[in-house]
Amino acid sequence: MTEIGQGFVKALELIISLDPEVMEIAWRSLRISAASTVLASLICIPIGGLIHFRSFRGKRILINIIQTFYSFPTVAIGLLVFLMISRAGPLGFLGILFTPAAMVVGQMVLITPILLGLTISALSGVDKAIKDTAISLGATEFQAIWAIIKEARYAVMAAVTMGFGRAISEVGCAMMVGGNIRGFTRIMTTAIALETVRGELELAIALGIILIGLALIINVVLNIIQQRYT
Amino acid sequence: MFLLEVANLHQKYGKKEVLKGVDLSVEKGEVLALIGPTGAGKTTVLRILDLLDAPAAGKIYFAGKDVTRYQRLRLETRRRMALVFQKPVAFKASVYDNIAYALKVRGHNGSDISAKVSSMLNTVDLADYGNRNAQTLSGGEAQRVALARAMITQPEVLLLDEPTANLDPLSTSMIENLIQRFNREYETTIIMATHDMAQGQRLAHRIGVLMNGELMQIGKPEEIFARPRNMKVAQFVGVENIIKGTISSNDGGVVSVDVDGKTIEGISDYHAGEEVSVCIRPEDITLALSKTSSSARNSFPAEIKLIASSGALARVELGCGFPLVALLTRRSAQEMGLEVGKDVYASFKATAAHIIKG
Repeated sequence: MTEIGQGFVKALELIISLDPEVMEIAWRSLRISAASTVLASLICIPIGGLIHFRSFRGKRILINIIQTFYSFPTVAIGLLVFLMISRAGPLGFLGILFTPAAMVVGQMVLITPILLGLTISALSGVDKAIKDTAISLGATEFQAIWAIIKEARYAVMAAVTMGFGRAISEVGCAMMVGGNIRGFTRIMTTAIALETVRGELELAIALGIILIGLALIINVVLNIIQQRYT
Repeated sequence: MFLLEVANLHQKYGKKEVLKGVDLSVEKGEVLALIGPTGAGKTTVLRILDLLDAPAAGKIYFAGKDVTRYQRLRLETRRRMALVFQKPVAFKASVYDNIAYALKVRGHNGSDISAKVSSMLNTVDLADYGNRNAQTLSGGEAQRVALARAMITQPEVLLLDEPTANLDPLSTSMIENLIQRFNREYETTIIMATHDMAQGQRLAHRIGVLMNGELMQIGKPEEIFARPRNMKVAQFVGVENIIKGTISSNDGGVVSVDVDGKTIEGISDYHAGEEVSVCIRPEDITLALSKTSSSARNSFPAEIKLIASSGALARVELGCGFPLVALLTRRSAQEMGLEVGKDVYASFKATAAHIIKG
């Protein structure tokens, strides 16, 4: 008990004193997850819009598959990305294994189903007449999709926030393709996993508090967005 | 050459046939009203004309070009038209942004957009509404925004689906004035669906009667109302006097129709023995207190059953072996001392008796 109590006190000291190592790890976590969320959003929101907009054979099945991947195990994604970018893999020539770039790629793959699926369901909530109105006013297909996305902007933002939440809180994939290299690819989740095993509890607890704090902020933001939307 | 023309349009929703071979054409600057009961296919026609939906069969020609299928041509053509839906939706944005939309998607620059939108806001009498959230407007205001949004590019063809359904009389007349103004000032060709016959008469150069997916009749408003082609059209356009009878003789185009022992003369090609209906417009019937000699071929002694006045007019229901409704000015009704129970003579010309089959 005293050990845990001491850990908490030291952890708070680390946070309040803006300990360079804690801050550096937290900052890297934020940057990598933000990068992966932004990049994945740039890809997934338009594609989600296209899937929503067009009617094609197998659309329902495709959406079901996307939704199934919401809870795809992160270690399985890690394994997949590892196989792709390891030296012998098809993308091995990029030489990005055990770099932040690899982690960004891993997180992108990880949150793509959530972003796609939630974007599609956000757009389904938009009045169908918006599409007809945009088209009849002379919009191209992409302009009409953009108009629909703008109508659903709050719900789409909620989808992006969910994606960011999943990216920053996952550990398996980041560990496997990032390698948890100190000062290079060590992020909050991998650091917590490592420091806990090593018995360096105060660092683990400090990072845990920051991570939970972030999760809390994300949830509050999400709630505010959803309240405004509905 | 017609500006917009469709040939043999067919449309199906599932197994239900919504359009069954509609042919239609409009000239530049024309206002055409499509009237018909709910579910007749008016909206379906407008959606196909605007190239939103592809027809199951049939062709659409814009300025002589077949634009039915080619994707490229469809966008280009669609940008020369605009459709205002029956229940217009506003984008979640300001009134200004709503009206500017069609210009934005066409890549106009900001200053051009701003000039055009302000001028349009003035036209539709919403000058102070630019910054208002477009989703908080009243029905009449929302409809004017929708009209402004469609007209901002000065489209060659404006398609309107029930533009005044569910609007109060004041908003309705505002919208009607705008429609007439756009037609006159920009020579915009307008095709509007309406179930309001009077509106069709007020605004349209021609009226097409669409019933059950078929274009029953198309022509000038007075033609439709005076000479409905068949019973369904006559009933729908509200011909008040429809009298069933049998043709007893045809003497060089002048037919005698036997109606329960009385004879009505009219002009028709139908032969003796055929079952027909005689349509007479109430305003074509004249009333007199005594049997006078006139050129009217039909004159019947009648008893007044009911007098109802609306505005400057009096609607007189008569019984003369068959029911008959006459319309005259209230003043002449007063001067003649018309009242319920009084006996009069009802007369109308043979040319006023329009004879249809069935």
